[in-house]
Amino acid sequence: MEIFGIPSQALFGQLLIGLINGSFYALLSLGLAVIFGLLNIINFTHGAQYMLGAFVAYLSLQYLGLNYWVSLLLTPLLVGATGVIIERTMLARLYKLDHLYGLLLTFGLALIIQGVFRNEFGSSGMPYAVPSFFAGGINLGFMFLPKYRGWVIVASLVICIATWYVIERTKLGAYLRAATENPSLVQAFGVNVPRMVTLTYGFGVALAALAGVMAAPIYQVSPMMGVDIIIVVFAVVVIGGMGSIMGAILTGFGLGLIEGLTKVFYPEASNTVIFVIMVIVLLIKPAGLFGTQK
Amino acid sequence: MKRKLLSFAAAAVCAMAMGAQAQISDGIVKIGVLNDMSGLYSDIGGPGSLVAAKMAVEDYLKATKSTLKVEVVGADHQNKPDVGSNIARQWYDTEKVDAIVDVPTSSVALAISQVTRDKGKIHLNTGAATADLTGKACSPNTIHWLYDTWMLANGTGTAVVKTGGSSWFFLTADYAFGHALERDTEAVVTKNGGKVLGKVRHPLATQDFSSFLLQAQASKAKIIGLANAGGDTINSIKQAAEFGIVQGGQNLAGLLVFLPDVHALGLEKAQGLIFTETFYWDLNDQTRAWSKRFAAAHGGKYPSMDQAGVYAVITHYLKAVDAAKTDDGTKITAKMKEMPTDDPLFGKGTIRQDGRKIHPAYLFEVKKPSESKGPYDYYKLRATIPADQAFRPLNEGDCPMIKK
Repeated sequence: MEIFGIPSQALFGQLLIGLINGSFYALLSLGLAVIFGLLNIINFTHGAQYMLGAFVAYLSLQYLGLNYWVSLLLTPLLVGATGVIIERTMLARLYKLDHLYGLLLTFGLALIIQGVFRNEFGSSGMPYAVPSFFAGGINLGFMFLPKYRGWVIVASLVICIATWYVIERTKLGAYLRAATENPSLVQAFGVNVPRMVTLTYGFGVALAALAGVMAAPIYQVSPMMGVDIIIVVFAVVVIGGMGSIMGAILTGFGLGLIEGLTKVFYPEASNTVIFVIMVIVLLIKPAGLFGTQK
Repeated sequence: MKRKLLSFAAAAVCAMAMGAQAQISDGIVKIGVLNDMSGLYSDIGGPGSLVAAKMAVEDYLKATKSTLKVEVVGADHQNKPDVGSNIARQWYDTEKVDAIVDVPTSSVALAISQVTRDKGKIHLNTGAATADLTGKACSPNTIHWLYDTWMLANGTGTAVVKTGGSSWFFLTADYAFGHALERDTEAVVTKNGGKVLGKVRHPLATQDFSSFLLQAQASKAKIIGLANAGGDTINSIKQAAEFGIVQGGQNLAGLLVFLPDVHALGLEKAQGLIFTETFYWDLNDQTRAWSKRFAAAHGGKYPSMDQAGVYAVITHYLKAVDAAKTDDGTKITAKMKEMPTDDPLFGKGTIRQDGRKIHPAYLFEVKKPSESKGPYDYYKLRATIPADQAFRPLNEGDCPMIKK
């Protein structure tokens, strides 16, 4: 059976690959959206923190022998802790100022982190083996899906939905959202707002690091992996709406699918299609597809 | 971020007759090793080529007691033609470099060839693949020493088609090298009665080949030809294993594979790969002896054919400089073509009028893990293609310097 001249097998295969890419876009844009939506910080360091997650996983395997599963738990905590330190020492001073100062600071941090790692490790990637539990693949009929990539899709869906649920449907999330709207009032009710802000930033960073650990077996662990993906993730967040959690998740998966489709019909455009969509969305609905005008 | 230039001063015997050096510009022969020092091709040439160059200079001066003063410098072109051209210009104009060696990444090699021609220096290429360097883009200042896409296509392509690989799908690196290799291999496949069912182009230094491999699977071609190299080839082969390509009945043809690639893949994944090279450390006593010395100077890593090529071409270059008593690029290139070559790594050979060095090519197959006696014992020799058949005939290249 052919759809638009492409055999349906090839089409579904590419869509599935697109979903895998979309999982990473969703995870990363979720972290960015949480940080921006709740804290009004544009976190350009996000790509570098994603790279840090992958590197910590690689280094802990090389030197400490910690396997993938341990890294999945430990790495986000470690990198999240560095996020907390960054927030306490540097970002907290910039809240009273214009957004742009936060952007410049995080951008500068990203350049430093990436530069240090590239100096140390070179720009080609380091291998990270797929955990043996996920070795091999499943024959789905229309394609052969490596088990590990299937796990990535499932895991990111679960994490994204869990995060959305916590923020939008629980009391903790309600405090967070209220604290963004009116911090002094929430603080007057006895909630420790600065600590919540710090932990939220740490959480967003931990999400990025988690994405990095999951990405390590698929893409190589390279100092430049954050640079390549952060631009796309920003486009995803802008399209989805800068403050909307669900918007980031849906747009992440959706744009992954669209990129996959483009690779089938016109591969040369696959790098740029997301930005074309971003331009269109900005022209028609500047707040983003799911965003609300603030 | 440009890498800083590394300078090595080779040993120099005290000059006896200063008059004999009057025609060598500023009295020093300066050789620049320009390649990918940190990216996907850095294991094939990279810092190892610098080691090979330094060895060549030391060995030559010791063996011939020549009075030449020789210096070796190195730089990273990052696989970008603009970066490479800038370094070349700076080297030629302000740093008095006389010869540029290695230069993998065909797009950079073509750019360097042009700059070298404009400045009247010499470009001793061992790293790049495109056969256009001695074809449409041939130059009186360029020597293409080691291999090219025509030789690879002819060696590997013919062998694979003859063993039943009648339908092909190409996975091609989207720049000059990939296009040239794909073009030359397609010509060989169709000449031998095979069919090309499709092709897909991927950006240089791609990390994720999943969607391209999927298209290759969907084509149901018997052979997936990998018209890429270095890190790209390693990733393609690793990910092909993940997607069950070989289990599904298709085979991978590595059109350009080097020893460091096989080392990075491991025999488990690389076994059975068939490809063509022009040097292997275990071919004969001379290659073995040299390779062990090289490994001792390069952290235990055995040489790729590129690094061996750097050693051999510099040896021949220095012989030509001594014989012609000048380091003028155009004159030396002509001298190198005049003199037959003889070195411990490639044996006896010649350099043609179009700049093409001629030597035999070898068809290798990667051993199974059980057949290997130790690290770097990876190849078994399947066939030797004699020198007069290995490379494109002189009159088929469209080289403007060759009269038909």
